[in-house]
Amino acid sequence: MTEQGVRWSADQVLALAPDAASRKAGSKLGAAGPWSEAGSSDEGTVWGLCKGSGSKPYRTVIDIADSTGPAYKCSCPSRKFPCKHALGLLLLWAGEDGAVPRGEAPDWAEEWIEGRRKRADDKRAAGASGSPSPGDPEAARRRAERRAEWITAGATELEQRLADLLRGGLASAEQSGYGLWEETAARMVDAQAPGLAARVRELGAIPSSGPGWPVRLLEECALLHLLDQGWLRRDGLPDGLAATVRSRIGLPASADGAPVRDRWLVLAQYDTADSRLTTRRIWLHGTGTGRTVLLLSYGAAGRAPELALPVGLALDAEVSAYPGAGQSRVALGERFAPAEPTGFRPPGVDVARAVAGYGEALRDDPWLESRPVTLERVVPVPDGDGWQLADADGESALPLTPAAGSRAGLWRLVALSGGAPVTVFGECGHLGFSPLTAWPDGPGEAVTLC
Amino acid sequence: MTTALLGTARRAPADVPAGRDAPTALLDAAAVETVRRRAGMRAGRAAARLEPAAPDPRPALPPAAARRLTMLLADRPGAGGGRRGTAPDLMELLPQWLAAANGHGYAAPPQALPALLDAARGRTDLRPAVLAFAGPRALWLARLNTDWRFALRAAPGGGAALPGPEEPERVRELWEEGLFAERVALLSALRARDAAAARDLLATTWAAERAEDRLMFLDSLRAGLCEADEPFLEAALADRSRNVRSTAAELLSSLPGSALAGRMAERAGACVAVDHTYGAPTIVVEAPHECDAGMERDGVVAKAPAGRGERSWWLGQLVEAAPLGTWPGRLGGRTPEEIVALPVADDWRDELHAAWCRAAVRQRDPSWSRALLGTPAAPEAGGPGAVSLAERAKLLSTLEAPERAEWVAGFISVHGLSEAFQLLGVCTVPWAGPLGGAVVDALNIARDAGSYPWSFSGVMGLAERCLDPAEAVRLEALTAVPDEPEDAAPGAGGYWSESFQRLLTTLRLRATMQSELTPP
Repeated sequence: MTEQGVRWSADQVLALAPDAASRKAGSKLGAAGPWSEAGSSDEGTVWGLCKGSGSKPYRTVIDIADSTGPAYKCSCPSRKFPCKHALGLLLLWAGEDGAVPRGEAPDWAEEWIEGRRKRADDKRAAGASGSPSPGDPEAARRRAERRAEWITAGATELEQRLADLLRGGLASAEQSGYGLWEETAARMVDAQAPGLAARVRELGAIPSSGPGWPVRLLEECALLHLLDQGWLRRDGLPDGLAATVRSRIGLPASADGAPVRDRWLVLAQYDTADSRLTTRRIWLHGTGTGRTVLLLSYGAAGRAPELALPVGLALDAEVSAYPGAGQSRVALGERFAPAEPTGFRPPGVDVARAVAGYGEALRDDPWLESRPVTLERVVPVPDGDGWQLADADGESALPLTPAAGSRAGLWRLVALSGGAPVTVFGECGHLGFSPLTAWPDGPGEAVTLC
Repeated sequence: MTTALLGTARRAPADVPAGRDAPTALLDAAAVETVRRRAGMRAGRAAARLEPAAPDPRPALPPAAARRLTMLLADRPGAGGGRRGTAPDLMELLPQWLAAANGHGYAAPPQALPALLDAARGRTDLRPAVLAFAGPRALWLARLNTDWRFALRAAPGGGAALPGPEEPERVRELWEEGLFAERVALLSALRARDAAAARDLLATTWAAERAEDRLMFLDSLRAGLCEADEPFLEAALADRSRNVRSTAAELLSSLPGSALAGRMAERAGACVAVDHTYGAPTIVVEAPHECDAGMERDGVVAKAPAGRGERSWWLGQLVEAAPLGTWPGRLGGRTPEEIVALPVADDWRDELHAAWCRAAVRQRDPSWSRALLGTPAAPEAGGPGAVSLAERAKLLSTLEAPERAEWVAGFISVHGLSEAFQLLGVCTVPWAGPLGGAVVDALNIARDAGSYPWSFSGVMGLAERCLDPAEAVRLEALTAVPDEPEDAAPGAGGYWSESFQRLLTTLRLRATMQSELTPP
């Protein structure tokens, strides 16, 4: 592990920021001025004193090598996490040669690191010695059964509502508006089927989504019907599909797949937010296994989830899959080394192959909206109001999703390409392709588009 | 689909399997169809491809500089805000960064172009540097996104090369059919390369142009003004529009050899003379008694603004337009310094000196500017006198950079900072050693005087951008929070320390930025 090897890029550091204001404040502190006694160690610790408005400087320590992602400690009163001082220190460390020299950690930094590492070791030891008490298995089974009954009742009720809708005609859905769907969604929440509730809520938005809405509404109703039927007849389904149905309904599952150790390249990280929750999606690509997997993490509305993995880093870690056929979601297990920048790029396919891949994935999970894929040698081309990605060496093209067409990342993609082929990672689905990360044709770092 | 839209109650679906009611059967069929459609999706046909962007042969940025650019661009206005604290204002450093990067001739990283163009969209002053740095690919992008249209406007001819003098046909076509903005761009571009061709082009349609267009076109002759323009300008003195006439007169008076300058010299000379009857030689002024048709034709405005005497108003205009070179001969072979030092009879001094100042600025005459500025330590240099601060700043701009810096340094060390902002604005960046030293000393004095730093926020901001990073060493000592003297404004010491710290941080950052951009 050389010093050059572990240094991150400014983009990667800024990706850790919880919000735009922190990003800005951190950028300002990413210069030598306010810092003194800054240093770093071979074990992946960075520390420094930051002069603030008070008489005593703030003490900032960051542990990059921690197995659960970078950990921060700062004596400032900010409740943001990481605070601007931690971001600034990391930027300083990432940016300037010699600004953060190698050295011995001062006592105050060493103390915290030792404490952390010890706690982590204790936890690991505890985890290995015995799993947390499983509780009463009989009671757990009864609870699960009761919940299944509620869901069955909910699914049956939903089937009735869908049938009523079709009997009366979709045209009436335009008048009934959100209210009807909100009420139905609330019923599904009561039935403890959050997956159904979310789908129902989305139905409410379709009648106002522009031309062609009846077809989209019928499709979504049909898929909802399919999910209901899947649940009601889950006993007759193959195991994998039954697990998929359970996860789509919204039943909690634990990632009990066999752990897979690999060097995982971080392909993309992006957040989506609704009124209650911020959801962070991180796509990883196994450089050895060739698998592309998804990490999900959540934060309260308006706050960034804690797990942050900057694009372009690779981490040596174990992941375990969640159950269900055609599911790419995994949980991150043990991490064996701090994340390091890598020049590795995922191998890509052409447009036709990417589209076919989504079609095949529907066999395992008919509710799948999109599938991760890397497109190789494609060119962004304007097409009417939107954009498409066209094979550089063929005549096939894939439209970008309408949402992707209005993001700032689109222009970074277009600028990066300049009319020449690029490699693009993104999600390919029935709405089109949503680009997340791109690489130039020649040498060059990954450029995030989301 | 129709069935679904109308409802199975109104229209029965075609084939309902036994044991299923109609709506359920319809949903079954729709589910199959939906999954089939999604699974059977094919790639579409590619639309017409874009012409690739022109290659940018410039070398790529060093990695550290590319990271710095990302950070500078992350600091966009609107995010955060509030009190500035000790952190540097990164957006204010972007112009310098761009100038340095352009100086080294680096190519912009393509993925940074959207952010650069967005930054330039909001700040017109950034545009030339951003567009130079962004290179051909930015123009390629601007053609695809209407938000960035300004890039095409700023680039001459909307990105397509303007016709040069070697293509007279295209020049003529664009001149006769182009939009006003295109025509102005064409005229300025042509003027820069072939002054005479531009003037001749303008003359072809001059009589038919609208008055406000004539004014703009005439203004573009200011660049590369030469003796050969005189006949054209002389003709414009008879223009229908008064604004055009006065612009033509102003341009002619900047040509000391022009007939108009000669006429003005004669008129002005008749009004000003040296009189020895007072004992010491004294300048006496006899302002003109009337504004005749000839004067009006030469651009003198006959009607004085409210509150000014007509005669002094006319005198001011005559002296301003007369070539400064005629005065030594007219006033007994004296140098400008000697002339400025002469006493002036009957309170005409302010009027006369002010007119000479305007003349020195218009004719860009350093020796007269120097004489009129006087020594920076002179008591009247600080206060409102014959020569206002704005005029001093203009006079300074006619001097060479080192002389300018030295004068301002002298001014600050005597008069302090409160009046210096405008003068500092005309000094070249980074500030020369003595000037930087004078500013830092003056800030230090201001702090000891116990006032708040925001009284000096303008100068502080300038210092952050303009002070030589080498001064950072001298600033170290100032960042400490001093003990508060009794008569000081409460808390000022802490704010001063914060301000100095920001200054220091910014200087260090600027030094780092420069070294990052230096090729390895």
